[in-house]
Amino acid sequence: MIISIASGKGGTGKTTIATNLAVSLESKAQILDCDVEEPNAHLFLNPLMDKAEAITTPVPEVDKDKCNLCGKCAEICQFKAIVVIAKTVLTFHELCHSCGGCMEVCPEDAITEVGRELGVLQIGHRDNLKFADGKLRVGEAMAPPLIKKVRSCTDPDRITIIDAPPGTSCPVITAMADTDFVLLVTEPTPFGLHDLKLAVGAVKILGIPAGLVINRSDMGDDKVYEYAKSVALPILMEIPFDRKIAEAYSRGELLVDVMPEFKENFIQLYKRIAQIVNA
Amino acid sequence: MKELIVISGKGGTGKTSLMAAFASLAENKVLCDADVDAADLHLITSPDVREQHDFQSGRSAVIHRDKCTECGLCRDLCRFEAISETYEVDPVACEGCGVCVYFCPEKAIDFPINTCGQWFKSETRFGPMVHARLGIAEENSGKLVSLVRKEARSLAMQKGLDLLITDGPPGVGCPVIASIGGASAVLIVTEPTVSGKHDMERVVQLAAFFKVPAMVCVNKFDLNPDVTREIEDFAGLNGLKSVGRIPFDPIFTKAMVNGQTVIEYDGGSQTAKKIKEIWKHVLQNID
Repeated sequence: MIISIASGKGGTGKTTIATNLAVSLESKAQILDCDVEEPNAHLFLNPLMDKAEAITTPVPEVDKDKCNLCGKCAEICQFKAIVVIAKTVLTFHELCHSCGGCMEVCPEDAITEVGRELGVLQIGHRDNLKFADGKLRVGEAMAPPLIKKVRSCTDPDRITIIDAPPGTSCPVITAMADTDFVLLVTEPTPFGLHDLKLAVGAVKILGIPAGLVINRSDMGDDKVYEYAKSVALPILMEIPFDRKIAEAYSRGELLVDVMPEFKENFIQLYKRIAQIVNA
Repeated sequence: MKELIVISGKGGTGKTSLMAAFASLAENKVLCDADVDAADLHLITSPDVREQHDFQSGRSAVIHRDKCTECGLCRDLCRFEAISETYEVDPVACEGCGVCVYFCPEKAIDFPINTCGQWFKSETRFGPMVHARLGIAEENSGKLVSLVRKEARSLAMQKGLDLLITDGPPGVGCPVIASIGGASAVLIVTEPTVSGKHDMERVVQLAAFFKVPAMVCVNKFDLNPDVTREIEDFAGLNGLKSVGRIPFDPIFTKAMVNGQTVIEYDGGSQTAKKIKEIWKHVLQNID
């Protein structure tokens, strides 16, 4: 089973839920940190890294001797990543979406592909918990191909927990698509509610069952509760604000280590998700 | 004209609440919300929308089943697995590259332009504001960010205002890159947690990469004074100005629930006073 953890708004506690759920399920689980712009799960899990691999995406390289400057490559490219100006063909690798169109259309076979580095994929473990994350190179704009690479580490024999990025655009969709369940994490504030509605919209487009965790459940107002009820979004867990939790988080400590009684709550959370998915 | 971008790396550090407080304090400015993916500033500023425009960008493939002979070429060429066995295009997976459109021997694939969101010119009790809403699951957020920044700039010129304050997106990817390029300065709002520090270090690198001067402000500093010091030390070593600390204060949530800035909610509070000092420092450091 694959459970993605998403939020719309950042800083609501996605990583807290993902890491503590994963640790509570121990050897049955695997965590994939797909928030490649700002991966944080490793800070709380301190996994031993077994492997690190530079991830690249294919981009065109033009053999100037073969190129006859016909301009077909520039014509097919939707992203202005290859252009013909006067007597040269220029490529802009950072704009390339790696569709391969220019290479396919070139009548002179003058285009080959080389790799542009997007970031690093790391694979490791913490005791019996399997771990993988991606770290986008600073200055790189294209997160989705790296997210796909992290997701390719999915172990079908384990409960895969995906820590998704915030927002509702392409990186989030890449992290949530084709998962069995989306666990949304919010806080009961106007910002939390507004962004939760967006996240619920994204989940609907993907047609995935979802449930809600309300973090800092006693700070704010009750509009998130009213909304969850109105759209039949089940509330699967609530975590009240506790300065002890916030301080432990600030030090990179896991909730289940500071307050071991929470471990049972996370196991129950998984059981409720499994019930919904298997219903 | 000066343009300040407020960013954070990590989400939920208080970026938008602080930005709203600045809206209460700054004069002669245009507000801009460039966090188009999950825009929240309007929940505090309650904009009165004066102009609404569609944001069109990118295209999506649509297969005409009556013309399609199911030859399979499009499925072979598509690198995004966007075309199903029954020759339907998954609009979420479609990258808009047009390769299938170009090569279809039957010319059976249309390629209409996408409307991926809306952008707005508004009036607020703090002055003019430019903001946007990216459609859910849409792409091209970077282009929409560039567009709202450009429109905010021209609105400021038109109205003779000399300051733009922009709420930026979280992360370090495409929309953040689009939001900081060419700005006068960025203010990084962080929190003293291992993740806040980690993410702040990455946006500091990003700002350096694009040669935009940066400042740092630590929100909720008392949650972990040690990490607060580490953040400020890191800032100092990297040539960033630390413009101040804000204590952890439920006033942020209370003001938000009331639809007010912290300054409006309780301008005499210690936290509001801190923010006023920070704003003064920020202004001194924008070149």
